[in-house]
Parts: sequence; C-alpha cells; structure tokens
Amino acid sequence: MAVKQEELNFSRNEQSETTMLPGSFAKAMRTNVIWQFIRFVVINLKMLVVVSKSH
Amino acid sequence: MARVVILGGGVSGHTAATFAAKWLGNGHEVVVVTPNAKWNWIPSNIWVGVGQMKKEEVTFDLAPVYKKAGITYKQAKAVSLNPEGSETETKPFVTIEYTGQSKTGETEDVTYDYVINATGPKLNFGATPGLGEGSQLGDHTVSVCTADHAEHANHKLLESIEKMKKGERQKFLVGTGHGMCTCQGAAFEYIFNIEHELKKAGVRDMADIKWISNESFLGDFGMGGLHMKVGGYVVSSKIFSESLYAERGVDWMIGAHVSKVEAGSIDYELLDGTTGKENFDFAMLIPPFAGVGLKAYGKDGSDITDTVFAPNGFMKVDAKYDAGAYENWKASDWPRTYQNPTYNNMFACGIAFAPPHIISKPMSSPNGTPINPTPPRTGMPSGIIGKAVAHSVCDLITKGESAHLHEASMAEMGAACVASAGKGLTTGTAAAMTVYPVVPDFEKYPGTGRDTDYTFGEIGLAGHWIKHVLHHLFIYKAKLKPGWTLIPE
Ligand SMILES: Cc1cc2nc3c(=O)[nH]c(=O)nc-3n(C[C@H](O)[C@H](O)[C@H](O)COP(=O)(O)OP(=O)(O)OC[C@H]3O[C@@H](n4cnc5c(N)ncnc54)[C@H](O)[C@@H]3O)c2cc1C
Repeated sequence: MAVKQEELNFSRNEQSETTMLPGSFAKAMRTNVIWQFIRFVVINLKMLVVVSKSH
Repeated sequence: MARVVILGGGVSGHTAATFAAKWLGNGHEVVVVTPNAKWNWIPSNIWVGVGQMKKEEVTFDLAPVYKKAGITYKQAKAVSLNPEGSETETKPFVTIEYTGQSKTGETEDVTYDYVINATGPKLNFGATPGLGEGSQLGDHTVSVCTADHAEHANHKLLESIEKMKKGERQKFLVGTGHGMCTCQGAAFEYIFNIEHELKKAGVRDMADIKWISNESFLGDFGMGGLHMKVGGYVVSSKIFSESLYAERGVDWMIGAHVSKVEAGSIDYELLDGTTGKENFDFAMLIPPFAGVGLKAYGKDGSDITDTVFAPNGFMKVDAKYDAGAYENWKASDWPRTYQNPTYNNMFACGIAFAPPHIISKPMSSPNGTPINPTPPRTGMPSGIIGKAVAHSVCDLITKGESAHLHEASMAEMGAACVASAGKGLTTGTAAAMTVYPVVPDFEKYPGTGRDTDYTFGEIGLAGHWIKHVLHHLFIYKAKLKPGWTLIPE
C-alpha cells in the first residue's frame, strides 16, 4: 500500500510534526476549477470590502 | 500657479503624481523626480525571478505616460531638501542630480510649493558584511527586489537546475539577510515559486530548501503575525505558514540575524544567542531597508537632516515617535496625514515615511543584537497613502491653507497579499491573504487586534487567478489607460 504524502511530511522532522496538513480532499478542492471559481468570486468580493473600508 | 514636486516614481509616488495631475489640471504644475526611466510592478518580479515572466512584462517607460498626464518628468535622484530656501533662493527647493535625459550627473535646484517624498527604500545590502556594498547587491547571493535583480536570480536558478539534472544536490536558502529586515512576504512567495519550479523541472528530490528569517515565529510577516479565518476556524498565521512549509517539505530557521555572507555560506546568530554557519548553493536574501539618505539644509546652509528625517533615514510625519515601550504602543501612534511636523508643505508616503515603531514584538539576542522584523508597507497601503497625500496637497492648493487634510492610517486600512506559486492558469496555486487592519488595534479587537471577518487566508487556484488579474490591472492603471481611476489602489 502506498504511503500517504502526509505520513511522509509529518515524519520529516520535529518542526513538521506539530502542524496541520491538508488531506487529499482539501488538496483536490484547491485545484477544482468549479469550486475555485466560486472562491474567486467570494475572495474578490471580500477584498473589495477590505479596499472600500481602507479608503 | 503652484508647483508640487514628487520625489520617487514607484508605487506610492506614481499614484500621488497621477492623481495630483488629474485633480489639479493645467492651472498648476506637477513634477516627478525619479532616477528610473521605467515603472516596475514590483510584486511580479517574483515571476521574473523564476523565469515565468520577462523583465519587459513587469516594466514600462515612464516618459510617455507622464507626457500624456501633463506631468513634468525629471529623470534624476533627489539629493537634498532646503525647506526654507537658501540665502540666494527665497522659495523652498530640492536639489536633484540627473541620471538620464542626456543630463547625467548635472544638478539642478527645483523650487516647490509642496513636496511629497515617495522615495521608497534604500536596499541596504551593505548592512550585512558580504551581502553587498551600500545599495549594491554582492556576488554571493541573489535578490528579487528589482526587475534586474530578479532576472539575475533566474539565471542562477537555471544554473542550479542544470547541476541537479547532472546529479549534483543543491541547497537553497531563502529569506532575510539581516536581523532588521522587512518584506518577508516577498521571500515567502519566492521560496514557494522555487519549490514549484523545481518540481516542474523534475529535480525537487535533488534539492534541500530552507527558509531563514528574522521573524520570531513563522508567519509573523512583520505584522506580529495575524489571526485569520481559514476553513471556518480563526487560525494563527504561525499554523497556516508552518502547514505550508511542512506540506512542501521546506525546512525553516527563524529568529535569525545573518551576520556575514561568504561564497556558499552565511554566519547567523539566533534569538537564543547561539551562532552558526549555514551552507548554500543558491541564496536569495532580502536586504534590510533604510531611507534613501536625503539631506536637509536650513536657510543658512546648516544641516537640519535630523529635524526632517528619523535616524533610519525615513521622513518624520505626524506619528507618535515617543510611544515608549511595547506595552504602551497603540494603533493611534500611527500617522494619519503624513505631513511633516516641522514643515507643513512636506509630506511622505509609502515606504519613505518613518513609522512610529515596529509592529512585531521587539526582540533581541542575549548579546543585544536586535532580531525582529521592521514594519511592512506593502503595495496597497503605499498606494492608498499616496492618493490621500495627493488629495491633501491638491486641497491645500485649491481651497487654501486651512483645508482639511485627508487621512489614511495603517491602523484603519487593510492589505491584500497573494503569494502565488507557478504561472499556469490551472497548474499554479496561491495563498491569498487579507489583513484588516495592517496595524493591529487591540483596543477595538482585544484578542487578535484584527477584524477576523476581513482577515482571512485561503490556498488554491482562486488566489492564483487573482494574482494574474492584479498584475494586469495595476499595470493598466499605472499606464493611465481609460477608466484607470476606477481601479482601486
Ligand atoms: C520582490 C517584492 C515583491 C513584493 N510583492 C508585493 C505584493 O505581492 N503585494 C504588495 O502589496 N506589496 C509587495 N511588495 C511591496 C511593494 O513593492 C512596496 O510596498 C511598494 O513598492 C512601496 O512603494 P513605494 O512607492 O514606497 O516604493 P517604491 O515602489 O520602491 O518606489 C520608490 C521610488 O523612488 C525612487 N527613488 C529612490 N531614490 C530616490 C531619490 N533619491 N530621489 C527620487 N526618487 C528616488 C525609486 O527609484 C523608486 O522609483 C513587494 C516588494 C518586493 C521587493
């Protein structure tokens, strides 16, 4: 059975041991074009609010 | 007819100059003094540094843009200010030295009614022995601070990739080259771009990649870190950053002051006082920033540089410089109008203004070496401040000296930061972050100092697309193409 990437990353050294790592679902969503298009719209809107609050 | 002289045609100065020219029209003169012939969208230098963009894609000629805007352009560097004039000149003036326009080396005194100092940072490589001399990059490391530096960095990166393809392991060291650096965000973006390119080139397994920085924890970013909404949680940027590094197999060394650079190695001192050496084959170390070294003289020729500028060379503005110890620091210490307290017709914007103090918690090693990030003044705040200052100056000219000054405090302003790896539309990925406000306000937000509705972070293609959009949008805006005023800073 192939070892999951997070198993390798967590075990690299002490520094990496205590952090959080994305699993395969979270990673897949990062490059899922439909989901990311929705996030693109949402992040842009949020950024616009930050910009308008800053002027 | 009034004359406004803007020193520096970078992010902040270009914003100030173009808005001032638009608002003042033909009745008054706007002059830009800047040593560079080209404008540079600095954030995209990162992509030049990994060969994903050419220098020409991140720069354009300033002369035609200023001609179109009716701005007088002097390709020169400001050397000194005479805010009271001199024994032979009644008006205040700035002494400039040409760097182009067939007048290289010639000096001129340019009188002004208002002056805006937007000279940005001196890249102070000389502060670390071996990192460089003065503002010149040395031979041992690379930089991405200018488009030329980034091109050179890419050549060195390609050399390393070639070596790895031939079976030679390479060690990459990326981060800050001194205990008092800022701009960790740029190095952060660069290290992940390198990691991405090495994967693409099929040599990732031949590379050891290490981050070195003066932050006391990963994710400090010179802002004392931030708590942001990530996937429904409010998370410290420490966890967010550590996760990114661990996921990509990048090691880190933090709380580090680089004390010496030599061919293939650096000497460092850590916050706990330990010292050591770290070897590298390729190193990109950001230099510390200082003011560009403008002098100021009184009417009688006496040196009044200390009155106008802080010891780090940045211009004094309406900040609270005597806030004292960290425990006493408040959001209200930060400047609002950026007017010089001694001379009302002088303003500073962008990196050129002297901050009241740092944002991160001050730290030093047991040997007394200060090791803490200095405050970032990124693109969005630099642009917003440049616009606010231009607005104030225009109002002072058109409405009279009692006009209300426009305000833009970094404690009431957000910033967006997109650190993007790769350039392909579906193959890249980015960490998109916004922070509001940049300077934490613990009176308003006692836990995190920030509004967690507007301080968030996310990894994915969406942020990557935003980075692409920002690249084209800001270059379009800086070229003053139709509708440029509608694009926010
Ligand atoms: C590699 C890198 C990546 C970055 N990425 C991001 C990012 O993704 N997002 C973000 O928000 N910010 C980013 N930043 C920060 C951003 O570039 C700066 O905040 C911004 O450029 C500051 O604007 P400024 O006008 O104060 O200085 P600058 O843009 O540096 O402009 C200063 C100008 O003054 C001129 N000058 C210097 N000396 C003199 C003199 N004596 N007389 C007259 N003119 C002079 C210079 O030639 C220059 O044109 C990045 C910075 C770097 C180095």
